[in-house]
Amino acid sequence: MTSGKGGVGKTTTSAAFATGLALRGHKTVVIDFDVGLRNLDLIMGCERRVVYDFINLVQGEANLNQTLIKDRRVEGLYILPASQTRDKDALTREGVGQVIDELKAADFEYIVCDSPAGIESGAQMAMYYADEAVVVTNPEVSSVRDSDRMLGIIASKSRRAEQGDEPVKEHLLITRYAPARVSDGDMLSVDDIVELVGIGLLGVIPESESVLQASNAGQPVILDEKDPAGQAYSDVVARFLGEQVPLRFVEAVPKGLLKRLFG
Amino acid sequence: MSLISYFRETKPSSAKLAKERLQVVIAHQRGERNSRYEFLPAMQREVLEVIRKYIPVDQEQVQVHLEQEGDYEVLELNVTLPDKP
Repeated sequence: MTSGKGGVGKTTTSAAFATGLALRGHKTVVIDFDVGLRNLDLIMGCERRVVYDFINLVQGEANLNQTLIKDRRVEGLYILPASQTRDKDALTREGVGQVIDELKAADFEYIVCDSPAGIESGAQMAMYYADEAVVVTNPEVSSVRDSDRMLGIIASKSRRAEQGDEPVKEHLLITRYAPARVSDGDMLSVDDIVELVGIGLLGVIPESESVLQASNAGQPVILDEKDPAGQAYSDVVARFLGEQVPLRFVEAVPKGLLKRLFG
Repeated sequence: MSLISYFRETKPSSAKLAKERLQVVIAHQRGERNSRYEFLPAMQREVLEVIRKYIPVDQEQVQVHLEQEGDYEVLELNVTLPDKP
Protein backbone atom coordinates (compact mmCIF):
# COMPACT_ATOMS: atom_id res chain seq x y z
CA MET A 1 0.00 0.00 0.00
CA THR A 2 1.76 3.05 -1.22
CA SER A 3 1.05 6.60 -2.36
CA GLY A 4 3.98 8.96 -2.02
CA LYS A 5 1.75 11.59 -0.48
CA GLY A 6 0.75 11.35 3.17
CA GLY A 7 -2.76 11.44 4.58
CA VAL A 8 -4.47 9.84 1.59
CA GLY A 9 -5.61 6.72 3.46
CA LYS A 10 -2.81 4.15 3.21
CA THR A 11 -3.13 2.92 6.78
CA THR A 12 -6.94 2.93 6.69
CA THR A 13 -6.71 0.99 3.44
CA SER A 14 -4.07 -1.45 4.72
CA ALA A 15 -6.19 -2.20 7.79
CA ALA A 16 -9.39 -2.64 5.78
CA PHE A 17 -7.73 -4.64 3.00
CA ALA A 18 -5.91 -7.05 5.34
CA THR A 19 -9.08 -7.53 7.39
CA GLY A 20 -11.06 -8.20 4.21
CA LEU A 21 -8.58 -10.84 3.02
CA ALA A 22 -8.72 -12.58 6.41
CA LEU A 23 -12.54 -12.41 6.42
CA ARG A 24 -12.43 -14.38 3.18
CA GLY A 25 -10.36 -17.08 4.83
CA HIS A 26 -6.85 -16.06 3.79
CA LYS A 27 -4.18 -16.04 6.48
CA THR A 28 -2.96 -12.45 6.36
CA VAL A 29 -0.48 -10.25 8.16
CA VAL A 30 -0.35 -6.47 7.88
CA ILE A 31 3.02 -4.82 8.55
CA ASP A 32 3.50 -1.21 9.63
CA PHE A 33 6.61 0.08 7.84
CA ASP A 34 6.36 3.57 9.32
CA VAL A 35 9.21 3.25 11.82
CA GLY A 36 9.06 6.02 14.40
CA LEU A 37 5.47 6.93 13.54
CA ARG A 38 3.56 3.79 14.45
CA ASN A 39 -0.16 4.12 13.71
CA LEU A 40 -1.48 0.93 12.21
CA ASP A 41 -1.86 -0.48 15.75
CA LEU A 42 -4.30 2.35 16.58
CA ILE A 43 -6.33 1.87 13.41
CA MET A 44 -6.46 -1.88 14.08
CA GLY A 45 -7.34 -1.26 17.75
CA CYS A 46 -4.45 -3.29 19.19
CA GLU A 47 -2.24 -0.46 20.50
CA ARG A 48 -2.28 -1.80 24.06
CA ARG A 49 -1.13 -5.23 23.01
CA VAL A 50 2.16 -4.19 21.38
CA VAL A 51 5.09 -5.80 23.17
CA TYR A 52 7.71 -6.33 20.50
CA ASP A 53 7.86 -4.69 17.09
CA PHE A 54 9.11 -5.09 13.53
CA ILE A 55 12.61 -3.81 14.39
CA ASN A 56 12.93 -6.25 17.33
CA LEU A 57 12.07 -8.98 14.86
CA VAL A 58 14.48 -7.77 12.18
CA GLN A 59 17.29 -7.55 14.74
CA GLY A 60 16.56 -10.95 16.26
CA GLU A 61 15.54 -9.58 19.67
CA ALA A 62 12.19 -11.35 19.48
CA ASN A 63 10.76 -14.15 17.38
CA LEU A 64 7.73 -14.15 15.10
CA ASN A 65 5.34 -15.63 17.67
CA GLN A 66 6.29 -13.03 20.24
CA THR A 67 5.95 -10.15 17.81
CA LEU A 68 2.81 -10.89 15.80
CA ILE A 69 -0.44 -9.62 17.33
CA LYS A 70 -3.39 -11.88 16.60
CA ASP A 71 -6.56 -9.97 15.83
CA ARG A 72 -9.37 -10.77 18.28
CA ARG A 73 -12.19 -10.16 15.80
CA VAL A 74 -11.13 -11.93 12.63
CA GLU A 75 -9.60 -15.39 12.41
CA GLY A 76 -6.33 -15.57 10.48
CA LEU A 77 -5.50 -11.85 10.80
CA TYR A 78 -2.22 -10.70 12.35
CA ILE A 79 -0.61 -7.31 12.89
CA LEU A 80 3.12 -6.60 12.89
CA PRO A 81 3.57 -3.18 14.51
CA ALA A 82 6.30 -0.68 13.70
CA SER A 83 8.80 0.47 16.26
CA GLN A 84 7.98 3.76 17.93
CA THR A 85 11.43 4.54 19.28
CA ARG A 86 14.01 3.27 16.84
CA ASP A 87 15.65 5.05 14.00
CA LYS A 88 14.20 4.21 10.60
CA ASP A 89 17.66 3.12 9.44
CA ALA A 90 17.25 0.08 11.69
CA LEU A 91 15.27 -1.48 8.83
CA THR A 92 17.64 -3.11 6.39
CA ARG A 93 16.75 -4.72 3.11
CA GLU A 94 18.22 -8.04 4.21
CA GLY A 95 16.41 -7.90 7.56
CA VAL A 96 13.06 -7.15 5.91
CA GLY A 97 13.68 -9.94 3.39
CA GLN A 98 14.32 -12.41 6.20
CA VAL A 99 11.12 -11.46 8.00
CA ILE A 100 9.11 -11.82 4.79
CA ASP A 101 10.64 -15.26 4.19
CA GLU A 102 9.76 -16.26 7.76
CA LEU A 103 6.17 -15.08 7.28
CA LYS A 104 5.89 -17.08 4.05
CA ALA A 105 7.28 -20.12 5.87
CA ALA A 106 4.59 -19.59 8.53
CA ASP A 107 1.96 -20.07 5.78
CA PHE A 108 0.85 -16.48 5.42
CA GLU A 109 -0.98 -16.15 2.11
CA TYR A 110 -0.93 -12.36 2.03
CA ILE A 111 1.59 -9.93 3.50
CA VAL A 112 0.17 -6.40 3.38
CA CYS A 113 2.91 -3.78 3.69
CA ASP A 114 1.64 -0.41 4.93
CA SER A 115 4.14 2.07 3.49
CA PRO A 116 5.10 5.34 5.15
CA ALA A 117 4.55 8.53 3.14
CA GLY A 118 7.37 9.94 1.08
CA ILE A 119 9.77 8.25 -1.32
CA GLU A 120 12.64 7.74 1.12
CA SER A 121 14.07 4.53 2.57
CA GLY A 122 10.98 3.52 4.57
CA ALA A 123 8.70 3.71 1.55
CA GLN A 124 11.28 1.97 -0.63
CA MET A 125 11.68 -0.78 1.95
CA ALA A 126 7.91 -1.33 2.00
CA MET A 127 7.67 -1.75 -1.78
CA TYR A 128 10.98 -3.53 -2.46
CA TYR A 129 9.76 -7.13 -2.08
CA ALA A 130 6.24 -6.46 -3.43
CA ASP A 131 4.58 -8.65 -6.02
CA GLU A 132 1.66 -6.26 -6.33
CA ALA A 133 1.28 -2.61 -5.42
CA VAL A 134 -1.88 -0.74 -4.52
CA VAL A 135 -1.38 2.97 -5.15
CA VAL A 136 -3.77 4.89 -2.92
CA THR A 137 -4.76 8.17 -4.56
CA ASN A 138 -7.06 11.05 -3.61
CA PRO A 139 -8.88 12.99 -6.35
CA GLU A 140 -6.57 15.93 -5.83
CA VAL A 141 -3.61 17.26 -7.83
CA SER A 142 -0.74 16.62 -5.42
CA SER A 143 -1.85 13.08 -4.66
CA VAL A 144 -2.22 12.19 -8.36
CA ARG A 145 1.19 13.58 -9.17
CA ASP A 146 2.83 11.74 -6.26
CA SER A 147 1.16 8.50 -7.30
CA ASP A 148 2.79 8.80 -10.69
CA ARG A 149 6.15 9.46 -9.01
CA MET A 150 5.71 6.38 -6.84
CA LEU A 151 4.92 4.27 -9.91
CA GLY A 152 8.22 5.38 -11.42
CA ILE A 153 10.05 4.29 -8.27
CA ILE A 154 8.32 0.91 -8.19
CA ALA A 155 9.15 0.39 -11.85
CA SER A 156 12.85 1.08 -11.30
CA LYS A 157 13.72 0.22 -7.69
CA SER A 158 11.65 -2.79 -6.68
CA ARG A 159 13.33 -6.17 -6.45
CA ARG A 160 11.37 -7.34 -9.47
CA ALA A 161 12.74 -4.39 -11.46
CA GLU A 162 16.29 -4.95 -10.27
CA GLN A 163 16.23 -8.64 -11.07
CA GLY A 164 14.53 -8.16 -14.41
CA ASP A 165 11.53 -10.27 -13.34
CA GLU A 166 7.98 -9.64 -14.43
CA PRO A 167 7.12 -6.13 -13.15
CA VAL A 168 5.19 -5.45 -9.94
CA LYS A 169 1.47 -5.56 -10.72
CA GLU A 170 0.08 -2.08 -10.07
CA HIS A 171 -3.44 -1.25 -8.93
CA LEU A 172 -5.06 2.14 -8.51
CA LEU A 173 -7.29 2.73 -5.49
CA ILE A 174 -9.08 6.06 -5.31
CA THR A 175 -10.10 7.14 -1.81
CA ARG A 176 -12.12 10.05 -0.41
CA TYR A 177 -14.15 10.28 -3.59
CA ALA A 178 -17.09 12.70 -3.55
CA PRO A 179 -19.37 12.05 -6.56
CA ALA A 180 -21.41 15.22 -5.95
CA ARG A 181 -18.27 17.36 -6.17
CA VAL A 182 -17.28 15.54 -9.34
CA SER A 183 -20.61 16.28 -10.99
CA ASP A 184 -20.23 19.93 -9.94
CA GLY A 185 -16.91 19.99 -11.78
CA ASP A 186 -14.87 20.60 -8.64
CA MET A 187 -13.21 17.20 -8.33
CA LEU A 188 -11.26 15.00 -10.72
CA SER A 189 -13.42 12.09 -11.88
CA VAL A 190 -12.52 8.40 -11.70
CA ASP A 191 -12.01 8.41 -15.47
CA ASP A 192 -9.70 11.44 -15.28
CA ILE A 193 -7.54 9.85 -12.59
CA VAL A 194 -7.37 6.48 -14.35
CA GLU A 195 -6.34 8.24 -17.57
CA LEU A 196 -3.68 10.33 -15.80
CA VAL A 197 -2.16 7.59 -13.68
CA GLY A 198 -2.49 4.96 -16.38
CA ILE A 199 -2.85 1.77 -14.31
CA GLY A 200 -5.78 -0.57 -13.69
CA LEU A 201 -8.49 0.56 -11.27
CA LEU A 202 -8.97 -1.66 -8.22
CA GLY A 203 -11.69 0.41 -6.62
CA VAL A 204 -13.14 3.69 -5.47
CA ILE A 205 -13.80 4.42 -1.80
CA PRO A 206 -16.32 7.20 -1.24
CA GLU A 207 -15.70 9.96 1.28
CA SER A 208 -17.48 8.77 4.38
CA GLU A 209 -17.90 9.96 7.95
CA SER A 210 -17.59 6.44 9.20
CA VAL A 211 -13.87 6.27 8.28
CA LEU A 212 -13.12 8.74 11.08
CA GLN A 213 -15.52 6.97 13.43
CA ALA A 214 -13.88 3.64 12.64
CA SER A 215 -10.40 4.97 13.37
CA ASN A 216 -11.68 6.59 16.58
CA ALA A 217 -12.84 3.16 17.69
CA GLY A 218 -9.90 1.17 16.33
CA GLN A 219 -12.18 -0.86 14.06
CA PRO A 220 -11.14 -1.42 10.44
CA VAL A 221 -13.88 0.30 8.43
CA ILE A 222 -14.51 -2.83 6.35
CA LEU A 223 -16.16 -4.36 9.45
CA ASP A 224 -18.93 -1.75 9.09
CA GLU A 225 -21.07 -3.65 6.61
CA LYS A 226 -23.71 -0.93 6.37
CA ASP A 227 -21.34 1.87 5.48
CA PRO A 228 -20.58 2.73 1.83
CA ALA A 229 -16.81 2.96 2.51
CA GLY A 230 -16.87 -0.42 4.27
CA GLN A 231 -18.82 -1.93 1.39
CA ALA A 232 -16.50 -0.36 -1.18
CA TYR A 233 -13.50 -1.92 0.61
CA SER A 234 -15.23 -5.32 0.51
CA ASP A 235 -15.63 -4.86 -3.24
CA VAL A 236 -11.94 -3.96 -3.52
CA VAL A 237 -10.91 -7.17 -1.78
CA ALA A 238 -13.26 -9.20 -3.99
CA ARG A 239 -11.81 -7.63 -7.14
CA PHE A 240 -8.27 -8.19 -5.91
CA LEU A 241 -9.15 -11.87 -5.51
CA GLY A 242 -10.33 -11.98 -9.11
CA GLU A 243 -14.09 -11.49 -8.80
CA GLN A 244 -15.98 -9.28 -11.22
CA VAL A 245 -17.64 -6.62 -9.07
CA PRO A 246 -19.18 -3.44 -10.54
CA LEU A 247 -18.14 -0.05 -9.12
CA ARG A 248 -20.49 1.42 -6.53
CA PHE A 249 -20.83 4.87 -4.95
CA VAL A 250 -19.33 6.69 -7.94
CA GLU A 251 -22.52 8.46 -9.11
CA ALA A 252 -23.89 11.52 -7.34
CA VAL A 253 -27.16 11.00 -5.52
CA PRO A 254 -29.72 13.02 -7.53
CA LYS A 255 -30.53 16.33 -5.88
CA GLY A 256 -34.05 17.14 -4.73
CA LEU A 257 -36.07 19.80 -6.54
CA LEU A 258 -35.26 22.60 -4.06
CA LYS A 259 -31.59 21.78 -4.10
CA ARG A 260 -31.62 21.72 -7.88
CA LEU A 261 -33.22 25.16 -8.06
CA PHE A 262 -31.17 26.88 -5.41
CA GLY A 263 -27.94 24.89 -5.35
CA MET B 1 -25.89 22.55 -11.82
CA SER B 2 -28.64 24.61 -10.20
CA LEU B 3 -30.99 27.09 -11.83
CA ILE B 4 -29.27 29.97 -10.08
CA SER B 5 -25.82 28.98 -11.27
CA TYR B 6 -27.34 28.74 -14.76
CA PHE B 7 -27.77 32.49 -14.69
CA ARG B 8 -24.46 33.13 -13.01
CA GLU B 9 -21.44 33.74 -15.10
CA THR B 10 -20.12 30.31 -16.01
CA LYS B 11 -16.64 29.70 -14.74
CA PRO B 12 -14.49 26.90 -16.14
CA SER B 13 -14.63 23.69 -14.12
CA SER B 14 -11.72 23.51 -11.71
CA ALA B 15 -11.48 19.74 -12.20
CA LYS B 16 -10.79 20.32 -15.90
CA LEU B 17 -8.04 22.74 -15.00
CA ALA B 18 -6.58 20.21 -12.56
CA LYS B 19 -6.54 17.54 -15.24
CA GLU B 20 -4.81 19.77 -17.77
CA ARG B 21 -2.13 20.80 -15.28
CA LEU B 22 -1.57 17.21 -14.23
CA GLN B 23 -1.25 16.06 -17.83
CA VAL B 24 1.68 18.44 -18.22
CA VAL B 25 3.54 17.56 -15.00
CA ILE B 26 3.02 13.83 -15.40
CA ALA B 27 4.26 13.88 -18.99
CA HIS B 28 7.32 15.72 -17.74
CA GLN B 29 7.88 13.21 -14.89
CA ARG B 30 7.62 10.32 -17.30
CA GLY B 31 10.08 11.98 -19.65
CA GLU B 32 12.62 12.19 -16.84
CA ARG B 33 12.13 8.53 -16.02
CA ASN B 34 13.34 7.61 -19.45
CA SER B 35 16.72 9.03 -18.61
CA ARG B 36 17.82 5.38 -18.57
CA TYR B 37 18.22 6.06 -22.29
CA GLU B 38 20.90 8.64 -21.74
CA PHE B 39 23.10 6.58 -24.03
CA LEU B 40 21.00 7.68 -27.01
CA PRO B 41 23.22 10.57 -28.23
CA ALA B 42 26.35 8.37 -28.05
CA MET B 43 24.58 5.59 -29.90
CA GLN B 44 23.45 8.07 -32.54
CA ARG B 45 27.08 9.16 -33.11
CA GLU B 46 28.30 5.59 -33.46
CA VAL B 47 25.49 4.63 -35.81
CA LEU B 48 26.34 7.69 -37.88
CA GLU B 49 29.98 6.61 -38.11
CA VAL B 50 29.02 3.13 -39.30
CA ILE B 51 26.67 4.48 -41.94
CA ARG B 52 29.28 6.96 -43.10
CA LYS B 53 31.67 4.13 -43.85
CA TYR B 54 29.33 3.16 -46.68
CA ILE B 55 27.15 6.15 -47.49
CA PRO B 56 28.07 9.84 -47.31
CA VAL B 57 25.49 11.31 -44.91
CA ASP B 58 25.45 14.29 -42.54
CA GLN B 59 24.68 14.29 -38.86
CA GLU B 60 21.17 15.71 -39.46
CA GLN B 61 20.37 12.87 -41.82
CA VAL B 62 20.44 10.28 -39.07
CA GLN B 63 17.68 10.73 -36.51
CA VAL B 64 16.96 8.70 -33.40
CA HIS B 65 13.55 8.91 -31.72
CA LEU B 66 12.23 7.14 -28.67
CA GLU B 67 8.47 6.95 -28.46
CA GLN B 68 6.02 5.44 -26.05
CA GLU B 69 3.02 3.72 -27.60
CA GLY B 70 0.84 2.20 -24.93
CA ASP B 71 2.83 -0.63 -23.38
CA TYR B 72 5.51 -0.47 -26.06
CA GLU B 73 8.52 1.70 -26.45
CA VAL B 74 9.59 2.24 -30.01
CA LEU B 75 13.13 3.16 -30.89
CA GLU B 76 13.05 4.68 -34.33
CA LEU B 77 16.17 5.17 -36.39
CA ASN B 78 15.67 7.29 -39.46
CA VAL B 79 18.39 7.61 -42.11
CA THR B 80 17.78 9.99 -44.98
CA LEU B 81 19.80 8.79 -47.94
CA PRO B 82 21.41 11.44 -50.13
CA ASP B 83 19.94 12.15 -53.56
CA LYS B 84 21.55 10.30 -56.45
CA PRO B 85 24.29 12.43 -57.99
